[in-house]
Amino acid sequence: MALSRLSSRSNIISRPLSAAFRRSISTDTTPITIETSLPFTAHLCDPPSRSVESSTQELLSFFRTMALMRRMEIAADSLYKAKLIRGFCHLYDGQEAVAIGMEAAITKKDAIITAYRDHCIFLGRGGSLYEVFAELMGRQDGCSRGKGGSMHFYKKDSSFYGGHGIVGAQVPLGCGIAFAQKYSKEEAVTFAMYGDGAANQGQLFEALNISALWDLPSILVCENNHYGMGTAEWRAAKSPSYYKRGDYVPGLKVDGMDAFAVKQACKFAKEHALKNGPIILEMDTYRYHGHSMSDPGSTYRTRDEISGVRQERDPIERIKKLVLSHDLATEKELKDMEKEIRKEVDDAIAKAKDCPMPEPSELFTNVYVKGFGTESFGADRKEVKAALP
Amino acid sequence: MASLLSRFCRKLALPGSAHGSRMTSTTACGSETVKSLNLYSAINQALHIALETDPRSYVFGEDVGFGGVFRCTTGLAERFGKNRVFNTPLCEQGIVGFGIGLAAMGNRAVVEIQVADYIYPAFDQIVNEAAKFRYRSGNQFNCGGLTIRAPYGAVGHGGHYHSQSPEAFFCHVPGIKVVIPRSPREAKGLLLSSIRDPNPVVFFEPKWLYRQAVEEVPEHDYMIPLSQAEIIREGSDITLVGWGAQLTVMEQACLDAEKEGISCELIDLKTLLPWDKETVEASVKKTGRLLISHEAPITGGFGAEISATILERCFLKLEAPVSRVCGLDTPFPLVFEPFYMPTKNKASSSSSLSSPSKTHIF
Repeated sequence: MALSRLSSRSNIISRPLSAAFRRSISTDTTPITIETSLPFTAHLCDPPSRSVESSTQELLSFFRTMALMRRMEIAADSLYKAKLIRGFCHLYDGQEAVAIGMEAAITKKDAIITAYRDHCIFLGRGGSLYEVFAELMGRQDGCSRGKGGSMHFYKKDSSFYGGHGIVGAQVPLGCGIAFAQKYSKEEAVTFAMYGDGAANQGQLFEALNISALWDLPSILVCENNHYGMGTAEWRAAKSPSYYKRGDYVPGLKVDGMDAFAVKQACKFAKEHALKNGPIILEMDTYRYHGHSMSDPGSTYRTRDEISGVRQERDPIERIKKLVLSHDLATEKELKDMEKEIRKEVDDAIAKAKDCPMPEPSELFTNVYVKGFGTESFGADRKEVKAALP
Repeated sequence: MASLLSRFCRKLALPGSAHGSRMTSTTACGSETVKSLNLYSAINQALHIALETDPRSYVFGEDVGFGGVFRCTTGLAERFGKNRVFNTPLCEQGIVGFGIGLAAMGNRAVVEIQVADYIYPAFDQIVNEAAKFRYRSGNQFNCGGLTIRAPYGAVGHGGHYHSQSPEAFFCHVPGIKVVIPRSPREAKGLLLSSIRDPNPVVFFEPKWLYRQAVEEVPEHDYMIPLSQAEIIREGSDITLVGWGAQLTVMEQACLDAEKEGISCELIDLKTLLPWDKETVEASVKKTGRLLISHEAPITGGFGAEISATILERCFLKLEAPVSRVCGLDTPFPLVFEPFYMPTKNKASSSSSLSSPSKTHIF
């Protein structure tokens, strides 16, 4: 596990104002260049440069959105333990940089499709906290009308094709979406995300072959958090260099805890995919929670490892250091921001708790376009009756 | 036959040791020691015995090394070594294909598919390779040593992909056997029979019962014959047929019916393919009514096969249409699970006690 230190070279940027002045938060769009913490490792392509173009506004928005995502996941943890969220809940904290960096490099016309760890990606795609919590608690205002749950978030207007339960199954789907984008000449790409566990599924290689054969603008993103549930990557894969697994498909290995590296890689990948076809991005990232809420996460890895990553590589800490070193905000302002975020999350939860559950007749809607056309009864045959659509 | 039953709106209570009080006639001898075990422990015991008695048997699948996500394979790797009990990567199709090859060389391969909902990538291997191997090679080769174990069925909060009952898909494939136990004692005997059966077997374990069901299980090596249904409750007014966890629900419905004076005969099919037609036929000829219940969606569920066969064999003896109380024709829902499930109230109210002209969608 690479320990990366925030390079002191990241301070080599233009500092138009002296430290005596205080910029106003988030309205300034002064450009900044930031160095990624690690160089990119490339397979069959030239790696992009380590200098990432950004702006002060972007830097602050990174901090805010990542802190929001982190807070949301922690809140979901408590809700699950309070049994307000049932079923399964797979949390993304630790991996926020991937979601944020990707969003910064693409538009809403580019499609994203991922597996079940999808809460933060949904938020990044423009979803609201209220929709997230309502869906998690199975209420009717959730993004999938309460019928999907934690693993099945979708947002059609931002081309977010969701949350899938069966690992690996979303990748051929993603390549199909890419085909449609190419066919309609949309100049858009698809990011098909999967994990290191799913990387061993056969369908990935089928999807890669098809994408490469037909030059589809599909970008396969392996979020390598080094554990497939409880199995470490070296125990499941002969070649844990997932970015090289494409063989004839170029690949790039990226420090997934560095939001700017992710942004640069995704920008590079988008340009590549539009011209030359598929590319694999391997995001070297880490999740603090276990696989899901029923997994403590400490039986297959040491607590030292988890706290080590939290200290050395935490994505939000890194952005925080950048914000402070660029003088964009004080510690206190950031703390206030975090307090504000906390309140925002709590408000969304309260509102979601008030939302009603879906109607029982919703059980039968959307199975087909035109349904069964008959009557159905609930568990006791008296109280609940539904005319099927 | 009597009027409609009164309904309770109580939540279904799964019996702790209700199975032990049933009048079963399994092959346990009276003098052997028994131990109170739950389902995953009984299966664990069966696997220990299977590996002990045959040095060429192997257990593998995702995460089986540390004991498996449902604890069914605890202690196996420590006892028999990593060469016989090992983890595979996340690739169901590869795992089953690998198992078929291993079995083709005369070994016993006990494959674990982590959850039955994930079995579909392996469906091609099971249907096209495993089921037809002996047939298409003219008996030169076979993969009889293959046993695929998968936890199936609702668990209360499983959602779309941890609750499915795919047994109907596999019952449609000549060449494999499909076995579903209802309790710990049954599971141990049936699993040992399945592993030792010279045909490939798909063994579905009701995951709801892994911890919930506790029973006295004999400690010795015993087998329960396949393709033999068991009458677990005798009666004279109506025959109920089911398997797996659903039998618990049906038993509750039987108890309710007894209070109304309806005597129910409850049959556990145990093996779905090939299923014991004679026992069910004899029972229906006695009672004249049949109710089948399963968690899988009603359309195309295995209940349809039972219904059609019984109709053929017992048409003149039937006093009412065959009734099916099953899951609804929707994907297995998350928040709607209580509405979807074939509960005892649905069973109580929908059996041939109602007018046969109404359409039921249970």
